[in-house]
Amino acid sequence: VKMAAGSGGAQAAARGPRAPLPAWPRLLLLGDTGVIHVVEKEEDLRWVLLDGPHPPYMVLLDGSLFNRKVLLQLKGTSRVSGLAVAKAKPSPPQGFSPGLKCPNDGFGVYSEDYGPQYAHCNTTVWNPVGSGLSYEDFDFPIFLLEDANETEVIKQCYQDHNVPREGSGPEYPLCAMQLFSHMHAVTSTVTCMRRSSIQSTFSLNPEVVCDPLLDYNVWSTLQPINSSGKVDPKKEVILVATRIDSHSFFWNIAPGAESAVSSFVTHLAAAEALHKAPGIQSLPRNVMFTFFQGETFDYIGSSRMVYDMEKDKFPLRLSNIHSFIELNQVALRNNSVLWMHTDPVSRKNESIQTQVENLLETLSNSSAGANVTLQDVGYSQPLPPSSFQRFLRAKHIPGVVLSDHRASFHNRYYQSMYDTPENIRVEYPEGLSPEETLEYVTDTAKSLAEVATVVARALYQLAGGANDTSAIQADPKTVSRMLYGFLIKMNNSWFQSIIKPDIKVILGDVPQHYVAVSSPVNTTYLVQYVLANLTGTVVNLTKEECLNPEKTPSTEKDLYEYAWVQGSLDPNSTSRAPFCVRSTVRLSKALSPAFELRQWGSTEYSTWTESRWKDIRARIFLVASKELEMITLAVGIVILVFSLLATYFINAKADVLFSIPRDPGAVTY
Amino acid sequence: MGAAVFFGCAGIAFGPALALVLLTVAAEPLRVIILVAGAFFWLVSLLLASLVWFVSVRLSDREDARLQFGLLVFGAAVSVLLQELFRFAYFKLLKKADEGLAMISEDGRSPISLRQMAYVSGLSFGIISGVFSVINILADSMGPGVVGIHGDSPYYFLTSAFLTMALVFLHTFWGVIFFDACEKRRYWCLGLVVASHLVTSGLTFLNPWYEASLVPIYIIVVCMGAWAFFTAGGSIHNVLKCLSCKGARGRERTRGDTRVPRLSPVGF
Repeated sequence: VKMAAGSGGAQAAARGPRAPLPAWPRLLLLGDTGVIHVVEKEEDLRWVLLDGPHPPYMVLLDGSLFNRKVLLQLKGTSRVSGLAVAKAKPSPPQGFSPGLKCPNDGFGVYSEDYGPQYAHCNTTVWNPVGSGLSYEDFDFPIFLLEDANETEVIKQCYQDHNVPREGSGPEYPLCAMQLFSHMHAVTSTVTCMRRSSIQSTFSLNPEVVCDPLLDYNVWSTLQPINSSGKVDPKKEVILVATRIDSHSFFWNIAPGAESAVSSFVTHLAAAEALHKAPGIQSLPRNVMFTFFQGETFDYIGSSRMVYDMEKDKFPLRLSNIHSFIELNQVALRNNSVLWMHTDPVSRKNESIQTQVENLLETLSNSSAGANVTLQDVGYSQPLPPSSFQRFLRAKHIPGVVLSDHRASFHNRYYQSMYDTPENIRVEYPEGLSPEETLEYVTDTAKSLAEVATVVARALYQLAGGANDTSAIQADPKTVSRMLYGFLIKMNNSWFQSIIKPDIKVILGDVPQHYVAVSSPVNTTYLVQYVLANLTGTVVNLTKEECLNPEKTPSTEKDLYEYAWVQGSLDPNSTSRAPFCVRSTVRLSKALSPAFELRQWGSTEYSTWTESRWKDIRARIFLVASKELEMITLAVGIVILVFSLLATYFINAKADVLFSIPRDPGAVTY
Repeated sequence: MGAAVFFGCAGIAFGPALALVLLTVAAEPLRVIILVAGAFFWLVSLLLASLVWFVSVRLSDREDARLQFGLLVFGAAVSVLLQELFRFAYFKLLKKADEGLAMISEDGRSPISLRQMAYVSGLSFGIISGVFSVINILADSMGPGVVGIHGDSPYYFLTSAFLTMALVFLHTFWGVIFFDACEKRRYWCLGLVVASHLVTSGLTFLNPWYEASLVPIYIIVVCMGAWAFFTAGGSIHNVLKCLSCKGARGRERTRGDTRVPRLSPVGF
């Protein structure tokens, strides 16, 4: 009777105090229903907003019209009960970003007290195409239709029943759609966390309505450090950082090719190259590779690490950090130019200025001979949105952010569903098998490997290495495999061979990099194991010893982490050859300190939470006219009343009606 | 918005049944007992029929659409025959019960007539089978959608409700005729009841061609109604008398109290 039209996904439900009140009271658990109207041109909107005689409408919006102007028009009327967006193919050429024009504004370093002229992107608007749609409150559900066939089914139903004919409205029955996406949380983080915490205090079965965004940062060091103790205050560490999460308007879709994957893949490749260099264990300075999770949502990972360092809950202190290098969107370079962004405010301090100059010089020198040109952005401009800003908030640290853009982002699809492999030109020839695709070296992989080489060489020199750096070289093949795994298909033979057997089931097909509430997410796990594989060593331990390293004194449990990975598949059988990997890769919690401190209204730390929900689905069906419904009701009532009257009279006269004729012969019993 | 359709359809399907139960059954405990027990007998017959159908589907090739349709027709026929079998069983049981009732009653006569039992048991079969055939449809009629996205008739809810109403009436009439036929050992009457039940059931396979199913079914309803009316002791003479007996009201009232014994046949 009713046809389910599956949805590509609903609105990601994360929200904080900045985007309050997406309460959908009309929804309840019934879902939102409306008559379908297909909007392919802006003129079609007129029918929905003004002319159509059958509101509310469920708008099937062409992907090219999914922009701020149209959505605000739809938001401003009560004639719309929901929105289904068909994904645009190819990606909109003018760009599309539901993120803010000034991402993470207010949670970075610039404020009224620190470089007020740079606050709120006054100098540079980083994401000019950003529409801020992700941060708007819509009181109707918005679904994405990824599958073109599903879109076609809905459009066909619209064509058959709903097309307006010659000015007048279409005849009943009309084709309608119902979207279910009830969110349990309302108003804001402050409200929903208070409700959840009251429940968990008093109730045996607490009904939690929202959860803080929570995951893990991945970090490792070049030289092993004691994870349970404290690093010597005099020991200097160079911190390399990238973010590993992204976002889009819709749930479960966050490809983040340029905004996250390009930079963390480069970072991983640089870590591998540096680890392979000779004599690294005797370098005077240590290097820490840090992958921050949840940065998209107001720097969850980096703010937590800074908080932990300040509270002595981390092996390192902020004073151990010698300098900071961050990789931030590096794939879309013009003429292979990589821009070095620095913080103009802290450079006013003379000692910082000297160190920054030194840092810039080392980086520039490292690019000699490589096909990458590093250029200084200069004093004119503040830092782009970056994890480094959270460290600057706590302490003046010399640091640099490397990116492919000088001013605004080159990425036209920042934090959107179109930030796909095609966006960073990861393309494969036709007809390759999955294994061949995994190993295929794209131009993007080569160019990212070059960036990784430059970064690795610079790190070697910054760490005090005196030898020639020309031997340090990032491997384009590794980069290719990582790009394939993190962009195209997570469930590939390489990832399978380097993960623990007990998490092999997590590998889904299509990668997405949204920080979630149930952690760790796939991206975190995979970054952890890829990093362990690239920087660790295979040690000759049995499974027992590898899983319980504390029982074997020679393992130096405090310095190293051990992982029993499942190994690659034997070519002729289904068995694998597992082995033990020793590395310095560790996880650290990426939960905003606001939740640790129970300051749910914090403006210092991220306060994003995700609402709980039950099911997200959609269906289409026909709706009958009001007249037919009323006729049905009237007929029902008439029949009921007539039956009552007729029965009453027949019953009253039963003795006359059913009297047996006097003739006794007729009665045979 | 769907509530209108729901209450409309419920009124159509169960309006007559509700009126009959409220005004002729609810007040007398013995009739209520017969009503509930009759519904139970019908349920048992449905259980057996569904078992037969289920087993046959399991044993057959489920990919073969023609065969499956054939099995559905077969299942419906089996269900009809089982329903009539259980109607007979219920008749036998009520006869036994009636003897018992007659034995313990003060005047040695049963407090309920066979005709009344026939009527109530027929009604109980009708109500329970109506409930089973329409309850899922009623639940869906709450909305938000109606049938028709694949090109089916938008009048599905309405026709289903009318079909159910016909079913309630038919079972009531069949009950009256069937019990009478059993009592009088008129086997051709039994045959006619079973045959008309089979035909009615078969006609529903013509859905969604509603003109072809509903019209003949209502013709059967009218015929069966007339037959049951005469079986129950009605006649044109009585109808005429009833219509013109306004003056006889007073007389009627005085007779009201003695109606049951008067109607109850004497000498089982």
